[in-house]
Amino acid sequence: MLEARQLACMRGDRLLFSEIDLHLEAGGLLHVRGPNGSGKSSLLRMLCGLILPEAGDITWQGQNIRKNEDYFRSLTYLGHQNGIKEELSAIENLRITCGLAGFDIDERTAFDALERIGLEGREALPAKVLSQGQRRRVMLARLLVAETPLWILDEPLVALDTDAIGFMRSLFELHLEKGGMMILTTHQELEIAALTTREIRFNS
Amino acid sequence: MNTLTWVLKRDMLLAMRRKSDVLTTLFFFVIMTSLFPLGVGPEPQLLKAMGPGVVWVAALLASMLSLGRLFAADHADGTLEQMLLAPESLALIVLGKTLVHWIASGLPLVLIAPFLGLQFGMNGDALWVLVASLLLGTPVLSLVGAIGASLTLGLRGGGILVSLLVLPLYIPVLIFGAGAVDASTSGLGAQGHLSILGALLVLALLATPMASAAALRISLE
Amino acid sequence: MGKINWYKYASPASFYGLAGKLIPGFATLSVVLFIIGLYISFFVAPTDAQQGEAYRIIFIHVPAAWMSMFIYVVMAAYSGIGLAFNTRLSAMMASSLAPTGALFAAIALFTGSFWGKPMWGAWWVWDARLTSQLILFFLYVGYISLQAAIDDPRRSDRASALIALVGVVNVPIIYFSVKWWNTLHQGASISFTKAPTMAYTMVAGMLIMAAACWMYTIAVALYRVRIIILERERHSVWVSELMEKIK
Repeated sequence: MLEARQLACMRGDRLLFSEIDLHLEAGGLLHVRGPNGSGKSSLLRMLCGLILPEAGDITWQGQNIRKNEDYFRSLTYLGHQNGIKEELSAIENLRITCGLAGFDIDERTAFDALERIGLEGREALPAKVLSQGQRRRVMLARLLVAETPLWILDEPLVALDTDAIGFMRSLFELHLEKGGMMILTTHQELEIAALTTREIRFNS
Repeated sequence: MNTLTWVLKRDMLLAMRRKSDVLTTLFFFVIMTSLFPLGVGPEPQLLKAMGPGVVWVAALLASMLSLGRLFAADHADGTLEQMLLAPESLALIVLGKTLVHWIASGLPLVLIAPFLGLQFGMNGDALWVLVASLLLGTPVLSLVGAIGASLTLGLRGGGILVSLLVLPLYIPVLIFGAGAVDASTSGLGAQGHLSILGALLVLALLATPMASAAALRISLE
Repeated sequence: MGKINWYKYASPASFYGLAGKLIPGFATLSVVLFIIGLYISFFVAPTDAQQGEAYRIIFIHVPAAWMSMFIYVVMAAYSGIGLAFNTRLSAMMASSLAPTGALFAAIALFTGSFWGKPMWGAWWVWDARLTSQLILFFLYVGYISLQAAIDDPRRSDRASALIALVGVVNVPIIYFSVKWWNTLHQGASISFTKAPTMAYTMVAGMLIMAAACWMYTIAVALYRVRIIILERERHSVWVSELMEKIK
């Protein structure tokens, strides 16, 4: 279970948000909404441990997430940037990002995942010849193979076409059904079925 | 495979696909050393006295200029952020990246250095000592430089700033590196200098990856 | 004076008040000590048998060199505390000390060079002490420029704290290597270590000058930290109340 109490975040000398409480249990979806620049991404990065909270604390299974190896084994975070290298092929990118995240996948698994996400026939092309939407898919393919319970996704659907959005939606629902957890920001109106759905709304 | 192996494999792969980067650092080193005789004149005795210092200063600058490539690209495309979230220690990842960076930017300097030494009238023993001192010293430059590179990530004027931060820290390596060659030419023996360079390398291997990891966390917040 | 509640003063707002009360005391002490110290240095201390009157420059040179060293260590200590405990005030103290440290390093360099001219006949010699002083000055420059290049105050505090710690670990290594380099290349040259046998009044003058420099450093650092506090906390309630009062 992920829990946060009384979180506050400063950017420069501006208080982005304060007194945020949240908790998320198995099968739970947390939707973070708000206009650009209201602090959505900062909250997500804070929950990943990338930003130190100005106040408050974040715990995973009752333990603070700082230096908590178990937390980082349980977490998949996908941010604004795709995190893929242009010089590497789609399949190399996928295998390497998984390897860095602490789990190895073989060529076959990576191949299947890329095929399922709609990159059939493009697995071996260097990422620099792929379109924006296709690069996004390479990044999202990690969700097909990662067996982490907690997904933190910052605008995952940007640059995707309607087919891909539909595919991702069913993937999200499957993950939640299996008892996974998910924190999401998105500007699209997307109905996702979940055991519990919470929402945090930021004002500018 | 563990995280370190993945980092090594990935960065080697990337280095192989950007071979021109290796050449730019190398040619900078060669051009830089060739400028000195043009500046001070071709007098052999003078060049012989200056040689070790010139080659070492050029190595320092070449290594410093290549620091920009250590983290900047990974920072720009978001892969660095993913590395910060890896369950294994970030210091280990930094160590792996620095090692590959040294193979691509430091090792070529070591290999070409004997030819530059010949231009400055160095002979057999001195050339060996020059190679040995660079082999021990240039990894220290990469390791220490990594701290500067991570602190200046994404800052305007980062390249020039990194030189202000790391060049003073490079001074001990310069002193013992160039000193080793001098000591060997003057017949004193270079063992003492080389042992100290070795000690500096061990120290840098133990201490700097943690400092760079801390710096990366600060810069990416 | 009753017991001081240190926890209270660890917050920038209360420290602002405390610093304001302390500055006049340290400033006055510094002026008085400078007057006494300079009087001893120029009128009481005897003329040196070998070096004549020119040696008197060490009454400024040596305290400045000491201060530049001490301040760097103190700055690194504040930086370490700031990084370990995430206290804003210690980071502010570290950054308010840096310019004074750099100033003393520069004074030590200039006075060293002025002393060198009559002693060695050259404005600059690559003496081990002078060279180390020059490198220390470079370290200060690096620290100050890194701090200036980062806009976000939190990243700036933490990044410069880290470089201060890296610097302080390296200072002994750098000093050792410069010394090694110097003995190897110059043999036994004239050096600042072999100062003339010092008369009692010379030592007294030097110590009083050093104390004056300390007081000056504390007063200036407190003055600077007050400005930093105001700048950092300009959106807070207590600063706007303070500004109302001034109006």
